[in-house]
Amino acid sequence: MIDKRVDSLAAAMRPIRDGHTIHVSGFGESGCPTELLHALIEHGARGLTIVYNNAGNGHLGLAALLEAGRVRKMICSYPRSSHSVVFDRLYRAGAIELEVVPQGTLAERIRAAGAGIGPFYCRTSVGTPLADGKECRRFGDHDYVLEHPLRADVALIKAETADRWGNLTFRKAARNFAPIMAMAADHTIAQARRLVELGAIDPEQVVTPGAFVDAVVRVANPISEYEALLAAKRP
Amino acid sequence: MSLTRDQMAWRMAQDIADGAYVNLGIGLPELVGNHLPPGREIVLHSENGILGMGPEPAATERDYDLINAGKKPVTLLPGGAYFHHADSFAIVRGGRLDLCVLGAFQVAAIGDLANWSTGAPDAIPAVGGAMDIAVGARRCVVLTEHTTRDGKPKLVERCTYPLTAPGVVRRVYTDLAVVDIDAGGFVVVELAPGIGFEAVAARTGGPIRRGDGCGIIALPG
Repeated sequence: MIDKRVDSLAAAMRPIRDGHTIHVSGFGESGCPTELLHALIEHGARGLTIVYNNAGNGHLGLAALLEAGRVRKMICSYPRSSHSVVFDRLYRAGAIELEVVPQGTLAERIRAAGAGIGPFYCRTSVGTPLADGKECRRFGDHDYVLEHPLRADVALIKAETADRWGNLTFRKAARNFAPIMAMAADHTIAQARRLVELGAIDPEQVVTPGAFVDAVVRVANPISEYEALLAAKRP
Repeated sequence: MSLTRDQMAWRMAQDIADGAYVNLGIGLPELVGNHLPPGREIVLHSENGILGMGPEPAATERDYDLINAGKKPVTLLPGGAYFHHADSFAIVRGGRLDLCVLGAFQVAAIGDLANWSTGAPDAIPAVGGAMDIAVGARRCVVLTEHTTRDGKPKLVERCTYPLTAPGVVRRVYTDLAVVDIDAGGFVVVELAPGIGFEAVAARTGGPIRRGDGCGIIALPG
């Protein structure tokens, strides 16, 4: 019998070790597994490399993990926002490493890792500082940069609905990086707002099939980072 | 008179064809979405996984699972779709995006675009999807003020800021003019009402000429 349901957030964190590389789904607050990140803080792993499109907002979720000093390196496309105060401070103090990757290249590096593809050539970033030190080659009429797959030890993703086989659906644009990150990690942990019986998800609607998922944990009422930011601003 | 930001966005929007798939950059280009010509079906792409993006919702209808690339709440039009990030950038790099409208720090007379970094030593580098979109879209145009806040040209001979992509920009819409880029450099194809070619040339930092048949931007109402 296959049962990927895990009773608690703490139990879901057990496979994570110091020094792990961790994919974290989300685009801004949309699709970010805030509760899994808080459980990761409780778990205590250190020296982590985090792959996430942004660099956290306010003092919740990823920002809280950064603030707790657990992250050695961020790999992201856009580590700057009006609320990314924690990352700003760490970066300017030289306390964290940063690899900036164009967003589409970041997505394709993750997809390639998940699909068992090796390095690939991509036109994005040719002729820019982000191609410095990388192999460039001309094919046909275009120049390309060699990019490498980006695999993680663990993926932390946010889903809408899950079953015990790990089949997942997502909600609106909160899908973003989650399906490809689920494919590209040795151990994928999904938090889902709803856990349903096997067969209750219409097979035509499954976005991430359970083969890409190792653990699901229910978080019925996930925190809204946006509402938390608003609340923090209120006098 | 130089154009207002809404007039600039309106003028740009008139050039978007019926049926086009379009990505609008963060900031000033977002305003283009408010001025799409009635009667044309134009599909807006947002790189976080949306086609058929609609306008901002009423305050009570905001849903933070449905935001645009600038992290602002948006809506989905009938016929719209959600997809993951790798598919989103396959749309971009795979040639399905007819047009991107981006902001700029600098545009060079050879079409180079610089819009992600001023290279300042204390700045945190952040590129987002700009490089992928500038290279992937079938046509890349820029919507920006003609000069910086302190009066320096944004249309230059060579970019001094780090590039987003070389040789991609085909047209620039500014508060003073509509400017094409061809093998000879900048070509003014339309001027804002009351603005002369010499005034535009004086605020431009690269080779510029008046195009044949250069007209006046016809504003609504």
